[in-house]
Amino acid sequence: MYTARNYIKAESLAQAYELNQRRANAIVGGGCWMRMGERMYDTLIDLSALELDQIQDRGEQAALGAMVTLRQLETNFMLDKCFAGLFRKCTEHIVGVQFRNCATLGGSVWSRFGFSDIVTALLALDCQVELAGAGRMSLEDFVKMPRDRDVLAWVYIKKDGRPVAYETARNSETDLPVLTCALSRHEGTYRAVVGARPGGPRVVEDRGWDRLVEKVLALEYGDNMRGSARYRRHLAGVLLKRCKAELEVTGG
Amino acid sequence: MTIKWTLNGARRTDEVEPDETLLHCLRKVGCLSVKCGCETSGCGLCTVWLDGKPVLSCSVPAPRADGREVTTLEGLQAEAAELGAFLADEGAEQCGFCAPGFMMNVLAMARELKTPTEEEIQHYLAGNLCRCSGYQGQLRAIRKYLAKKGGEQA
Amino acid sequence: MKTVSTGVRKKDAMSLVTGKPVYTGDLVPPNALRIKLLRSPHARANIISIDASRAKMVPGVAAVFTWEDMPQSRFTTAGQTWPEPSPYDRLILDRHLRCAGDPVAIVAAETEEIAQRAMRLIKVEYEVLEPLLDFTKALDNPILVHPEDNFRSLCEVGTDAKRNLVSTDSFEVGDVEEELARCEVVLERTYNTVANNQTMMEPFCTYTYLDEYGRLNVVSSTQVPFHVRRILSNALEIPKSQIRVVKPRIGGGFGAKQSAVSEMFPAIVTKLTGRPAYLCYTRQESMANGSPRHQMQMKVRIGADRDGSIRCIDLYALSNAGAYGDHGPTTIGLVGHKSLALYGSLRASRFVCDVVYTNTMGAGAYRGYGATQGIFAVESAVNEMAARLGMDPCVIREKNMVRQGQVMPAYYGEPCNSCTLDKCMERAKEMMGWDKGPTHWTLPNGHLRGRGVAMAMQGSGISGVDIGSVEIRLNDGGFYTMLVGCTDMGTGCDTILAQMAADCLDCSVDDISVRGVDTDQSPYDTGSYASATTYVTGGAVVKACAELRDKIRIEGARLLGVDPQAAQFDGEKVFLPGTDKVMTRSEIGWASYAGGSRQLSATQSNSSPISPPPFMVGMAEVDIDPETGLVRVVDYVGVVDCGTVINTNLARVQTEGGIVQGIGMALLENIQYNDKGRMLNDSLLQYRIPTRLEAGKIRVEFVPSYEPTGPFGAKSIGELVINTPSPAIAEAIRAATGHMFRTLPIRPEDVALAGLEE
Repeated sequence: MYTARNYIKAESLAQAYELNQRRANAIVGGGCWMRMGERMYDTLIDLSALELDQIQDRGEQAALGAMVTLRQLETNFMLDKCFAGLFRKCTEHIVGVQFRNCATLGGSVWSRFGFSDIVTALLALDCQVELAGAGRMSLEDFVKMPRDRDVLAWVYIKKDGRPVAYETARNSETDLPVLTCALSRHEGTYRAVVGARPGGPRVVEDRGWDRLVEKVLALEYGDNMRGSARYRRHLAGVLLKRCKAELEVTGG
Repeated sequence: MTIKWTLNGARRTDEVEPDETLLHCLRKVGCLSVKCGCETSGCGLCTVWLDGKPVLSCSVPAPRADGREVTTLEGLQAEAAELGAFLADEGAEQCGFCAPGFMMNVLAMARELKTPTEEEIQHYLAGNLCRCSGYQGQLRAIRKYLAKKGGEQA
Repeated sequence: MKTVSTGVRKKDAMSLVTGKPVYTGDLVPPNALRIKLLRSPHARANIISIDASRAKMVPGVAAVFTWEDMPQSRFTTAGQTWPEPSPYDRLILDRHLRCAGDPVAIVAAETEEIAQRAMRLIKVEYEVLEPLLDFTKALDNPILVHPEDNFRSLCEVGTDAKRNLVSTDSFEVGDVEEELARCEVVLERTYNTVANNQTMMEPFCTYTYLDEYGRLNVVSSTQVPFHVRRILSNALEIPKSQIRVVKPRIGGGFGAKQSAVSEMFPAIVTKLTGRPAYLCYTRQESMANGSPRHQMQMKVRIGADRDGSIRCIDLYALSNAGAYGDHGPTTIGLVGHKSLALYGSLRASRFVCDVVYTNTMGAGAYRGYGATQGIFAVESAVNEMAARLGMDPCVIREKNMVRQGQVMPAYYGEPCNSCTLDKCMERAKEMMGWDKGPTHWTLPNGHLRGRGVAMAMQGSGISGVDIGSVEIRLNDGGFYTMLVGCTDMGTGCDTILAQMAADCLDCSVDDISVRGVDTDQSPYDTGSYASATTYVTGGAVVKACAELRDKIRIEGARLLGVDPQAAQFDGEKVFLPGTDKVMTRSEIGWASYAGGSRQLSATQSNSSPISPPPFMVGMAEVDIDPETGLVRVVDYVGVVDCGTVINTNLARVQTEGGIVQGIGMALLENIQYNDKGRMLNDSLLQYRIPTRLEAGKIRVEFVPSYEPTGPFGAKSIGELVINTPSPAIAEAIRAATGHMFRTLPIRPEDVALAGLEE
C-alpha cells in the first residue's frame, strides 16, 4: 500500500499538470494498481472533478476521458456499435465488475503495463491521446515514450469503421493474460498488435497476410510465471489466426 | 482531511487520511461487514456501492468519497436478510467471510440486470472469490432469489 | 420430528449473510496494539545485528522485540495431540533464519500505519547463506536447515536433523518384490505435486489481552483452541493455567489454522507489555508464510495381470516439510495408508517415505492431509495401468476396489465396516452416462473432450488419538445448552451436532443452544481436523444426550413421586404410563433452577479405536482447446459414501467446495519460488484459485452406507472431497489428448506444447 501526505482534487487540468510536475506527486486513477505498490507520495492528484469520466460521440471520432472506468468501456452502447464489441472483449476478463468499476482508462493507458488488454485493443485502432502538456499525439508514439510528468486527459478513437478483432489466452478466465492479440484491417493493410509477450504491445503491419504472420512470429517473446517464450510464440500464431477468422465474420 | 459524504443514507462528516482507503475508513466508522481479503484488488470481499455501483473499497481512496454516496451491507439489512435466507437455505454461506461482499454484488447485479442468464450471473460475480462453497450453492440461491423477485414484479 | 438427514439451516447463517461483526478482526478491543512483523528477505541467513533504536523512537511505537527478547525453548506450532509427532524446531523469533519471510522483529504500535513506518526504520545486518531449495537433494545435503542443539523430537518418527530428515517410515504387506515379479504387467511411474495454499478467505489473525485475573486471553481464528493453549504455554514459557483461548466465527480454515501461525506474536507482546495486541496477517503473509500442503514426489510401481487384477502396489513418497516440521511426520502416513487401501485385491503392498527439511516455507495441514497427494499418484497409476491393458478405468476399479466386510491391511488392518464404493461407482457411471458414450471425442469446433475417473477415501478422526467432548444442560423453561470444544469453521458442526442432539432428545434444533469454543468453559476436544468432528464429537453428543435423558427421567420421576424405572421421557414430558402423572420438560427445567432439585447436565467424551473411511467416486469431463491447451472442467460428478448424511445441504456444499478446491490443485494452483527461495506468487493476483468461471458444473449425490461405530451411522466428509479431482482430471486429459501428465498443476502450456511434440 502506498502512503501520501496530501490528497488534492484538482479543479482544473492545468492545476493537475502543475501539481504533477513534482516527482513526489502522482495522479491517482482508480487506485487498483497503485495500492499494490509501496511508494511514498507527497501529494495524490485526483482528476475526478474534471468531467473526464465521459464517453463522447464526436461524429468522426469517439472521445474517452481518462477517468472513464473499464466498466463504462465495457457497457457503452456507442463504443460497442462502432468497434464491433472490441471494448467488451478487451475488458470482460479483467478481474470482476467491481474492479472494472474502479479501474480507469487513463490508469490503463498511462501505466502502459505489458499485460494491458486495453492498450493492446486500442492500438489496433486509429487512436490519439491528449496530454495536458504535450497535447495530442498518436497512441503508438505515446506507448513508446517513457513515463514523464505529463497528465493524460483524453483518448480519441477515429470511427473509421475498420473491422477489428481481439483474442487473449489466459490460464484462467480472469487471470492476467499470457498473451493478448488484436487485429484490424484498414485500407487493405492488416494491423496486428501483440501484448503480454510479457513485455509491452508491439504493432506489426502488412498488406500481405503471410508476411504479417511471419512478422508476428518473429517478435521477441519472453518467459514469466504464466508461460514460456516458446508457448507465447505458439499462442501468437493461434490468436492471430483466430482474430483473422473473426475479421472475416465481421466483414473484414 | 475532511470529507462530507452519505453513508447508508445518512449524511455525515468524517476525518480521513490522504492515503486511507475507503475500506479502512468504513471499518473505522463501524461498518464491520466490509472485509479485507487481499492487497491486490482481486477477491471482492470489500465490495461496497459508490453512488450505487459496486466497487472495491480497498482500492478507492477514502478522500474520493467526498460528496458521494456509499452503501454497505449495514445499510441494506432487509435486502441482505431476504437474499441471505436463500443462501442460508442452501447452506452455501459456509464460513461467511466472503458473504457481505458477495451479497453487495448480487444486489447490485439484481438492480443492473433485469433477467440475467446464468452466464451473465457468473460473469457479473466472477470477481467474488469463495473458497468454501465451490460456488454452486450460491448460484442455486441466486436463481431462487431472482425468481422470487421476478414473481413479485410480474 | 427427525432432523438428522435434513437440510437444517446453519444456526449462525443469518448473522453471517447479513454481515454481523462476528469474526476475530471485528471484535478487537479499540486500545489494542497493532503488530507488524519484519520478515527476512533471505531464505537462509544469520542475523548479525539488529538496530531498532530509530524504530523505537517513532511516536506511537510501544515496543520492538527481537530474538534476544524471546524465550529460548523450542516448540512446534502444529496443532496435534501431545506428545506431538512434529518436532520442536521453532522459536518465536530465531537468530537463524530458515526461509524467506521468517520473522526477524515484532513491532507493536498504536496503529498499523505507525507500526509499518517504524518497521522500515529497523536496520538488520544479515550473514546471507546459500539456501537449500531442492527437496529431492535435501537428505544428507551439506546445508543443514536445523543445525541447532536444542532441537527436540518428542516421538519416535525417525527424526534426524543432522541429515535434514524430519521423519521416515515404511510398511509392507506381503512380499512386494516377489509379487511384482509374478505380475504380467508392471508399470513404474513418478508423480509430482507442488505446495498449495489453503487460501481461506479470512487470513490468520489473533488478538490477546490480560483479563481481570491477569491471565492471557487469546481470541483467535483457529481450528485447535486447546492445542493453541498448550503451544502458547510452550512458546511463552508460561503455565497453561494462565492461558484462555476463545474461538469466534472463523472465515475458513481447511487445515491452515490447524497450526498456530499467528497466535504467538500478539501473545508475546501482551505478555511483555501488558497491553492488548492484535495481529492480522496480510494476504501476502498468509501466502508466503502460512502452512501450505506438503510438496511431494511419489514413485509408484504397480503390478497387474492381463485380466486387470491389480496384485501389487509399491509406493515411495518424498515430502518437503520446508523450514519447519509441522505436520510433516503425520501427513506422510496418509499418502500410503489412504491410497493403497482403496484396492482390496492387492496381494502385497509397500509404502516407504521420507520427509525432509529445506529452506522453503514450512508446510502444514491442508484438507486431505497427504491422502490427496497419495491418491493422485495411486489413482493415476491405476488409470495408466487400465490404459496399458486396454481396459475401461471404471471396470478395472470395479474389479479391484475395496468392499464392505474386507479387512484393509494397508489401513492399519482396520475392518471395512461400511462401504458403498461399488454403488458410488455405479451411480457415478449412470450420472455421467459413462457406459453410453466414448471416453474421448472431438467437437465440431476442434475442441477435445475427455472423461476420467478416480476413487478416494479418507478417515474419520485419528484412531485412538482424537477425543471429542460435549456437555449438555437442561435450563429453566426447558431449553438445552450444548457446550462443545470442536471448532465450527464455517463447516456447520455447531448445527449438525445440534441436529444429532435434537434427535437424541426428541426436541427441535431450536431448543438447543450451542456454544463453542472457550478453553475455560468448553469441554475438551482435540479440535476440528482429521475429519473428526461429525464422527468423534458426534459420538460424544449421542452419549451425553443418552445420559441426560436418563437424568431428566429420573429427576422428573422423583419430582412426581413415581418409580423412575416405570417413568418415561418422550422429549416433551416425563410421565407414568397409564396415569395422569405428567411433568413437562419445561417444568422440570424450572424446578431444576430452584431449591429441592438439581442442575441436570451430562458430559461425555468419545474417541474411537478405528477411523472408518468415507469413500467417493469422482468423474470429470474436460473440454480442451488443443491449440491454447486450456482445459475446462465442464462437468464433474461426485458420488459420496460418508455414511449417514447428517445435514443434506451442508454435506453437498462441502463436496462441491472440495471438488472446486481440487480442480484448483489439478489445473491452477502452483506455489513457485525464485532461485533465492522467495515465493513468486504470494498474492491472489498471482496465485490463482478457481473463480466461479472455472468451477464448471458440479453434480453431487450420496449413496450412504451405515457405519455401525458412528453417530447415527455417520462417517466424515470434510477432507475426502478434495481427493478425486486431480487424478480424474489428469485421466480425462489423457483420454482426450493421449498424454499423461504426472506433475500438478497441469497447465495450458503443458497441454499445448505436448500436443506440438506429436
